[in-house]
Amino acid sequence: MSLATPDTGAQGRQIPDRLKSPLQRFLVSWELLLLIVAVAVFTLNSFASPYFLDPWNLSDATFNFTEKAMIAFAMGLLIISGEIDLSVASIIALASTAMGFAVQMGADTPVLVMIGLGTGLLCGAFNGFLVTGFGLPSIVVTIGTMSLFRGISYIVLGDKAYTGYPSSFAFFGQGYVWWVISFEFVLFALLAIVFAVILHKTNFGRAVYVVGNNPVGALFSGIRVPRVKFALFLITGLMSGVAAICLTSRLGATRPSIAFGWELEVVTMVVLGGVNILGGSGSIPGVVIAAFVMGMVTFGFGLLNVPGIVMSIFIGLLLIAVIALPRIAGRILARRKA
Amino acid sequence: MVMLANTQGIADTHSQTADGAGPVLTLSGISKSFPGVKALSEVSLELFPGEVTALVGENGAGKSTIVKILTGIYQPDEGAISINGSPVSFPTAQDAGRAGVTAIHQETVLFDDLSVAENIFIGHAPKTRFGLIDRKEMLRKAQALLDRIGARIDPQVTLKDLGIANKHLVAIARALSIDAKIVIMDEPTASLSHKEIEETYELVERLKAEGKAILFISHKFDEIFRIADRYTVFRDGQMVGMGKIEEVSEQELVKLMVGRSVDQVFPKRAPQLGKEVLKVVGYCHPTEFEDIGFTLRAGEILGFYGLVGAGRSEFMQALFGVTKPSKGAIRIDDTVAVIRDPNEAIRHGIVYVPEDRGKQGAIKGLPIFQNVSLPSLKETSHKGFLRLAEEFKLARDYTRRLDLRAAALDQDIGELSGGNQQKVVIAKWLATKPRVIILDEPTKGIDIGSKAAVHEFMAELAAEGLAVIMVSSEIPEILGMSDRVIVMREGRIAAEYEGADLTPEHLVRAAAGITEVRP
Repeated sequence: MSLATPDTGAQGRQIPDRLKSPLQRFLVSWELLLLIVAVAVFTLNSFASPYFLDPWNLSDATFNFTEKAMIAFAMGLLIISGEIDLSVASIIALASTAMGFAVQMGADTPVLVMIGLGTGLLCGAFNGFLVTGFGLPSIVVTIGTMSLFRGISYIVLGDKAYTGYPSSFAFFGQGYVWWVISFEFVLFALLAIVFAVILHKTNFGRAVYVVGNNPVGALFSGIRVPRVKFALFLITGLMSGVAAICLTSRLGATRPSIAFGWELEVVTMVVLGGVNILGGSGSIPGVVIAAFVMGMVTFGFGLLNVPGIVMSIFIGLLLIAVIALPRIAGRILARRKA
Repeated sequence: MVMLANTQGIADTHSQTADGAGPVLTLSGISKSFPGVKALSEVSLELFPGEVTALVGENGAGKSTIVKILTGIYQPDEGAISINGSPVSFPTAQDAGRAGVTAIHQETVLFDDLSVAENIFIGHAPKTRFGLIDRKEMLRKAQALLDRIGARIDPQVTLKDLGIANKHLVAIARALSIDAKIVIMDEPTASLSHKEIEETYELVERLKAEGKAILFISHKFDEIFRIADRYTVFRDGQMVGMGKIEEVSEQELVKLMVGRSVDQVFPKRAPQLGKEVLKVVGYCHPTEFEDIGFTLRAGEILGFYGLVGAGRSEFMQALFGVTKPSKGAIRIDDTVAVIRDPNEAIRHGIVYVPEDRGKQGAIKGLPIFQNVSLPSLKETSHKGFLRLAEEFKLARDYTRRLDLRAAALDQDIGELSGGNQQKVVIAKWLATKPRVIILDEPTKGIDIGSKAAVHEFMAELAAEGLAVIMVSSEIPEILGMSDRVIVMREGRIAAEYEGADLTPEHLVRAAAGITEVRP
C-alpha cells in the first residue's frame, strides 16, 4: 500500500541503505588512527630498547594493561550509556580485602573466586541502586562509594596486609596457558570479544547507545532505562571483581592501597579508545587498541628508566590531546570547506 | 502578481519601501552545503526597517539554515551579507548580536534558573562603579522594557515559573534590550493559545512601529496575511519568489512553496467503525488531570482539543505509561490492561508520537534505520542478537510508505528536517503494528505539503482499522480529521462533540469554559 501524497514523482522514492561502506567508515575512524599510533609506539619501543622485542618482555608488558582493560570494557559501556563509575579501584580493594579475610578463615581457591566476584557484584548493585533508584548523578554517587569501599578496607586492614593465598590461587595472575601467553592475557582477549559482541551485536548493546544518546527518547521508545543502567553498574562491579582476583593473585598480597588511582587510568583508557565522555558513542575495538597503546607506552618508558612521575605527566597530556584532537581536526576541516 | 525566481523578478523587488527607505539587511548569493545535501543555493533575502517579511517554505526548504547563518551559528559557503549597505560577516553568535541581529526561536534559548531580569540582561547587564552587576538598575530597566512591550511579568521571577508565551515575551524584551535592528521570529505562535497569539501580533505591530526589521517565519497563512508586509518563499534551498504581501494571494503563495497547487482540504473519509478497542475509566493524576474517561473504536479518529496547558499531553503520556496515574483503569479489547511503563503500553499496542519530537521522539545521534527498528528490535533480532539486514528492511518498508526524504538510511536522524524526523518517528511506531496510535500535535511546525501527507496518512491508518487519537490545537485540523472530539479544560473533560455538534464555536467555547460541562 502506498501513501497518496500530492507530491510529483516522489512515489516510492528509494533511499539507499548506506552512504559509505564499512571500509570507507573505517578509513576515517578513530580506531584506525589509534592503530597507527599503536604501531608507531611499538616501532619506537623496539628501536629505543634492545630488550623490548624479547617475547618474555612483551608478555610481561601485557600485565600493564590486562587487568585495567577488563574494567575498561565494562566502563566503556557505562560511559556510552551516559553514566560513570569512579569506584572501580575501590571495589578492587574491597574485593581483595574480602578474599584476604576469607583466606584467614581457611577458604580455598573456588571460594575465594566466588567471594571476589560476589563482592564486585554487590558493590556494583549498590552503585546501580543509588543511581537508578534515587535518580542520583553517578559521578557523585561513585565518588562517595570510592571513599566508602576503600575506607572499609582501611578499617579492616589498617597498616597490615593479608598474605598466605593458596598456591592454586596464584594461577590467575601468574599462570601461563601456553609458552609466553599468560592466563590474564587469554582472559583479556576473551572478555574483549564478549564485550565487543554485547555492545555491537546485541539488542542490549543497542539499548546502551540509545540511552546514551537520548535517555528521554529511550524511555518514550519503550526502553527500560533504569534496568539498562542497573545492569551496566552490575557488570562494571563484576569486572572489578574479576580484576581484583587477577591482581590479588599476581601480587600475592592484599593491602588497602591496592590498585590505588586505577579508576582514572581506566577512564583514560576508555576515552583514549574513542568513547565520548558525554556518552552516546564509542567502540570496544577502540578500547582494546587504547589498552595496548597505554600498556606499551608505560612499558617502553619503564625500559628507558623514565621516572613514574614523567609517565603520569605523559598520560595526562595524552588524555587532553585525545579529547582536543577531534575538535581541532573538525575545525580545520570546517575551515577548509569555508 | 507573483514574482518568480527569474532575474527580472528579483530585480524588480529591489524597490524601496513606501516611505523610501532601502533594505536594512541584504543577503545575496548565499549558499550552504552539508554532507550529502545542499541546504541553500544562492538565495537572497532583504529586510526593510519597520516592515515584517514573512519567510515561508516547506520543511527542509532552508529556512532554519538561513536563520542560523543570520545569527552566526553557521557560516555560508558563498555569498554576502550586508547591513545598511556595508558588508558584514558573523563568525560567531556574539558578532551577529553586536550587529543588531537577534532571533526568537521555536525553542527559545533562555536560562530557566535565572530571573527574568537576568535573562534579559545576560551578557550586557548594567554595572556599578566597581564593575559589579547593578541589580537595582537592572530590575528597573527590565521593568521598563517589559512595560514597553505590554508584558505583565515581574522581572524578579525565576524564568522556569513562566509559561511558554511569557518566555517569548522575555525573549522579545531581551531583543529590545540589545537594541536589535533586525528581529527574527521563528514560528513564535506555534505553541501559543488564541489569546496569546493575539498578544504576539500586537507586539509585532509595536516592534514595527519602532522601526525594527522583522523576519517572521510561519506556517500559518492567516497570520502571514494578517501581519506581514512582504514575503519571501524558499523551496528546496532556493529563493523562488519575493514581493509585497498585498500583491499575492494565498493560492499563489502555496503554489510557490510547493511548486504545485495543493488543495488545503482534508482527506474525505467514510469511517468504518469497528468494535471498541480502548476504554479508559476515571484516569486521575494528582496535579495534571482528573477523571478522564472515554471509549475508542477501531477505525475511529478521536480528536482531543483544548488550550495549551489543559492537560492533554500529560494525560496521553500517562496512557502511554510515561507517568503514573493516581487512579483509573484501561481496558483493551475487553481485558483490563495494566500499563506501568511505555514498554508495556507498546506491548498492548498503544503507541505515542510525542509533541516534543527533538527530545522525546527522535534519538539524535543514531541513524534513521536504528530509530525505526528501535521498538521492534524483538522482531528484527534473533535471540537477543541484532540482524542489521532485517532492520534495514523494516526501515526501507516503512520510510518509503511515508515518503521520507533522506540521503541514506544510515544517516543520523538529527541531520533531517523537522518534517522528515516526524516521518521517521511515525514509521518507527507503525512498524510495531499498533492497535491505538496517539499523535500529539502531529503537524506542529511542519509545512503544508507534509501536513497534507500526514493527514492523508492518518486517514489511511484509520481505514486500515487502527484506532487513532489526535491531540491538536488547530481547529481546522481537529474539525477536518476527527470523527469525534473531546475538549479538555484545566485537566478535565469539558465536552464531547460529534456530527453536527462539531463546530468551531462549540470547541472554542468549551475550551474557554463558556459552555456547560457535558452538554
